[in-house]
Amino acid sequence: MYEITVPSTTKSAPGVATEGLGKRYDDIWALRDLDLQVPAGSVLGLLGHNGAGKTTAIRILTTLALPTTGRARVAGFDVVEQPGEVRARLGLAGQSATVDGLLGARANLEMVGRLYHLPAAEARRRADELLERLGLTDVADRLVRTFSGGMRRRLDLAASLVAQPPVLFLDEPTTGLDPQSRNELWDLLRELVAAGATLVLTTQYLEEADRLADDIVVLERGRVAATGSPTELKARIGGERLEVTVGAPKDVGVAVGALESFADGPSDADGLRVTIPVRAGTRLMEVARALDAARVDVTDVHRREATLDDVFLTLTGVAPASRKAA
Amino acid sequence: MQTYVSDTLVFARRSAAHVRQVPEKLIDVTLQPLMFVLLFAYVFGGAIAVPGGDYKEYLIAGILVQSIAFGIMGPATSIATDLTEGIVDRFRSLPASRSAYLSGHLLAELAAMTLAIAVMAVTGLVIGWHIDAGLGSAAAGFALLMLFAFAMLWVGTLLGVAARSTDAVQGILFMVVFPLTFLSNAFVPAGSLPAGLQTVADWNPVSIMVAAVRTLFGNPTALPADAAWPLTHPVPCALAGCALIVAAALPATLWCFRMRTTG
Repeated sequence: MYEITVPSTTKSAPGVATEGLGKRYDDIWALRDLDLQVPAGSVLGLLGHNGAGKTTAIRILTTLALPTTGRARVAGFDVVEQPGEVRARLGLAGQSATVDGLLGARANLEMVGRLYHLPAAEARRRADELLERLGLTDVADRLVRTFSGGMRRRLDLAASLVAQPPVLFLDEPTTGLDPQSRNELWDLLRELVAAGATLVLTTQYLEEADRLADDIVVLERGRVAATGSPTELKARIGGERLEVTVGAPKDVGVAVGALESFADGPSDADGLRVTIPVRAGTRLMEVARALDAARVDVTDVHRREATLDDVFLTLTGVAPASRKAA
Repeated sequence: MQTYVSDTLVFARRSAAHVRQVPEKLIDVTLQPLMFVLLFAYVFGGAIAVPGGDYKEYLIAGILVQSIAFGIMGPATSIATDLTEGIVDRFRSLPASRSAYLSGHLLAELAAMTLAIAVMAVTGLVIGWHIDAGLGSAAAGFALLMLFAFAMLWVGTLLGVAARSTDAVQGILFMVVFPLTFLSNAFVPAGSLPAGLQTVADWNPVSIMVAAVRTLFGNPTALPADAAWPLTHPVPCALAGCALIVAAALPATLWCFRMRTTG
């Protein structure tokens, strides 16, 4: 099988570095005061909801948008002063980038290769290699507009890898993918990083950032809400959540009292649902017994991994308004 | 410069590949002009009298100019589609020249227009159109048509980068280009129009273009004795008009494209 190789950049030059990066659209700041240091060969996860500024950051770093304030360097080159040098060294996939629906998969990759100024034969060879690596050889000549969402995503990722760029930007690469395709994509990304690539990815999923990123920057309304390694962040927010749904409003308070002995942080009640961070290893049977002993009318109990909403709840004390209704 | 040319060719090849996938685009520049020539020649031809000549002699320049004017549609819809679908972001993140994207479209469309002009000219010759002028003058006629095509394609490119959607593009074209080509001397001598419309037709740039092509091909122009000054000096006026359109549309397009894509 073909091995994907990425030329390693010198360790002294950071893969991506920004300083006070900001972007204003009319009178709204989509991004403010973003400082990043992404060493070459590492993975940064930009975590946040829709509209948090993730895509804006990616657009500036990939020279698609100009920053209002601050500076950014990608692979050692300034995105405003040396955009050509930056473009020659980056690969972009995900939300904003896309592929041509009226061309075949191979034709798309060849076109991208030619636009990276690879010789025709080389562009062809890379296209075939990537199609094989991403499991698209069988559909190499099929029109891309007939592709499923997952196939399109894979082709999009392949397009970003054509020139073996040292820095990759992936904007919500797994949004809309089924679990299997998502796992395959994660494996591929780990392989690229092991080969030396610097990776900046945005995601709405804490789990994804946790699995892939060396460092996480949490964005909320254009500003940095928290930074740290996944372990640090999880230590701050706690790992697991217990969700208990009760039958009547009067039971909410009783349930919170009964769960106190398991709690690893403050609880949050939303209607008839009580969410409470719990210590690792909490057993559901014990929880059920405690609730039963307190005579709480329970309609549902389950344990789940902490989500992005929990991160915000813990870091800021309020769940993001956009998600409260969901 | 070398990469600019090769990037342009990559984008032009992309447009050509689109034509293979969407054959309707080819019909626009082959069967449709052919159909127009035949329809006008045989349906209206008998009813329209042209002073000083045969209707088929008169018609072909009009059809050519009208079809080229509708060529605005090509780059306008394809560029508007690219912009709404976001693939332009992919191109802009690559180390290719950014304006090569526009020149690639233009090159492919110019090739399509050349094909359309050839189809119409050959169809015309088959049904009885003649060029009653020297070789140099005839060549100048085709060169002027190509210049006009170039100007119209820039207008289409401008529309494509400025329009919010492909539907908007179609709406604008039908509201502007359709009446503009019919309120001219392209299909009927302006002398047959009511007085008010005749004035409009006399000063319509389409009329001037058509008159210039007829003059260069040695076809009847059927101009009334009191025709407006631009119509009696059509060739320099048409050249100046095309130059003016390109001079306005080209920088406006580049400016719009930069504004639209540098969010």
